Amino acid sequence: MDLHSIVMVKQVPDTANISGQVMKDDGTVNRAKLPAIFNHEDRVALELALQIKDKFGGKVTVITMGPPRASDILRECLYMGADEAVLISDRKFAGADTLATSYVLSEAINKLGKYDFVFAGRQAIDGDTAQVGPQTAEKLNIPQITYAEEILDVSESSVKIKRKIEGGYEILESKLPVLITVLKDASFPRPYKAKRVMAYKNAKTLIELEKLTEGNSLLYIDQLKDEYVSKQLYIQTLTMDDLKLDEKRCGVHGSPTKVHKIQSVVLAGGNHEMIEPSKTGIGILIDKLMEDHILG
Amino acid sequence: MVKILETMNKDVWVFIEQRNGKPADVSFELLSKGRKLAETLNGSLKAVVIGYNVNNIIEETFKYGAEEVLTIDHPELEHYKTMPYSRILNELVEKHSPRVVLFGATIIGRDLAPRVASHTKSGLTADCTDLQISNVKYLKKDYEDLLLQIRPAFGGNIIATIITPDNPTQMATVREGVMRLEPLDKPVKGKVTKIDYQPDGLDDIIKIIEQHREESKVNLKAASIIVSGGYGLGTRENFNLIHELADVLGGEVAGSRAAVDAGFISHDHQVGQTGVTVRPKLYIACGISGAIQHRAGMAESNKIIAINTDPDAPIFGIAHYGIVGDAMQIIPMFINVFKQKLR
Repeated sequence: MDLHSIVMVKQVPDTANISGQVMKDDGTVNRAKLPAIFNHEDRVALELALQIKDKFGGKVTVITMGPPRASDILRECLYMGADEAVLISDRKFAGADTLATSYVLSEAINKLGKYDFVFAGRQAIDGDTAQVGPQTAEKLNIPQITYAEEILDVSESSVKIKRKIEGGYEILESKLPVLITVLKDASFPRPYKAKRVMAYKNAKTLIELEKLTEGNSLLYIDQLKDEYVSKQLYIQTLTMDDLKLDEKRCGVHGSPTKVHKIQSVVLAGGNHEMIEPSKTGIGILIDKLMEDHILG
Repeated sequence: MVKILETMNKDVWVFIEQRNGKPADVSFELLSKGRKLAETLNGSLKAVVIGYNVNNIIEETFKYGAEEVLTIDHPELEHYKTMPYSRILNELVEKHSPRVVLFGATIIGRDLAPRVASHTKSGLTADCTDLQISNVKYLKKDYEDLLLQIRPAFGGNIIATIITPDNPTQMATVREGVMRLEPLDKPVKGKVTKIDYQPDGLDDIIKIIEQHREESKVNLKAASIIVSGGYGLGTRENFNLIHELADVLGGEVAGSRAAVDAGFISHDHQVGQTGVTVRPKLYIACGISGAIQHRAGMAESNKIIAINTDPDAPIFGIAHYGIVGDAMQIIPMFINVFKQKLR
């Protein structure tokens, strides 16, 4: 079997670790100060794709749509064992909601050739919407299995998957190709291989190569790119034009949802009654609650 | 002003979710909210019921004000399957262009809604904590009667109001318990529109091999006392104290998302934006800092006691009683004193 898996990954701000420095005085978030991390469930998705490759052979391609610095997580994917990495980056993608994002991703996937699986994490921690997976599947016109907990069996033309449902689980069998979104407990991502880290830490996107040529008249971008391609250190880099996309469907223009208002969360002063952390204090509190018929 | 044209549909649709023939509470909560939205919009409230032998479910939607039920009843549709369910909804939404479509933010709703939104190119906002209808000025244009889709975002540091100004259909998902269940005194006499099931080759591309489902023993929404623990408890062992206190008080156990993520307790106990919204008589928050997502799920509790070592923790901002101290010491004290008082 020669199965091709494409894994959609995302670099996300580490919203779980927002510290004081990250908050601006007006209470909004300073995104530039937030550490950017590899969305964990996407890493689990990559692990599942790599397991399929280990067992049945084939190839794993990772793609991400994001700003130039999203190449960091693509290198991490290469360290884990991905065969190819693709960065889809363009200023015109800025402000994309899930619909515009799924349009770009689905068009990119269509250009990557034949595939059997598209994997993604169930959701990304910056929005928690869980929408891009199903929307990409719809645009690719392939079935989807969301909330996957375990891959039970793979054949040349089908896959059997255990997925979570309300109050339990179900086992589904789908024909290939299929898009699968995975839960964090579906597997444990493998550590980086030292050899691969040494090899791929120098892998670069076109944007990063262009940076190298800046201010260096001896370096020509086409030559440099060829060199990186031949050393297998080139991270394919695609823009809106490369993908021949409809600009009206990208970025903020292609997004039906708009942010109308943002309010920073202002904490109410708090009219609570302080209770002494002592037996007496707690005794008084319990008396009050009993009087109000809340306890007892 | 970008007015809603007379020819435009102003209806509010609610997808009625059923599992093993049992309708989900969240669907009726959404009908309750949808009824108010439809009144403001001057449109009608419609329920979409897909399944097999769904007559009882249809009757129940009338108790919540559904003026019309669009239904497809067929053995092939007994259990939720992504492909036929999304195809049917795609066709219905394309045909009627409802102004608003609401889904429960359940596993089924989160599987189905994005697929339908993608096909119909509608805007979709996940996990809304409030929905309103309002005139909106956006980019110097005035829009009449847009759906305000309100949700915490970005780690809970902001509350965002999302709109879908330029598309005919606005979609949103809402978690269970967020909207109040408000049955009518007298059910409406709604219309039932039956639609034939016409199978499609892709309907069976995914087969259900087996299904296991257990009725959840957790019913946080119905609990009058909830004892809830957060990440501040430190370990799963320490979390046992939460169970003890809940036992003594005759309450249910809950946790914040951080506690669930840390493995202290399972997700069906999670209170907050991505869990359940509760309104008990008493909510005791132990070692919970009180991020907006958590507060969204419990702020309407009748009385809130917050126990936290950090006097600046946001949870104190909405508490009625605050105890600054280590929950590991306060809870055993609470249990002791309470037992003495009962004697």
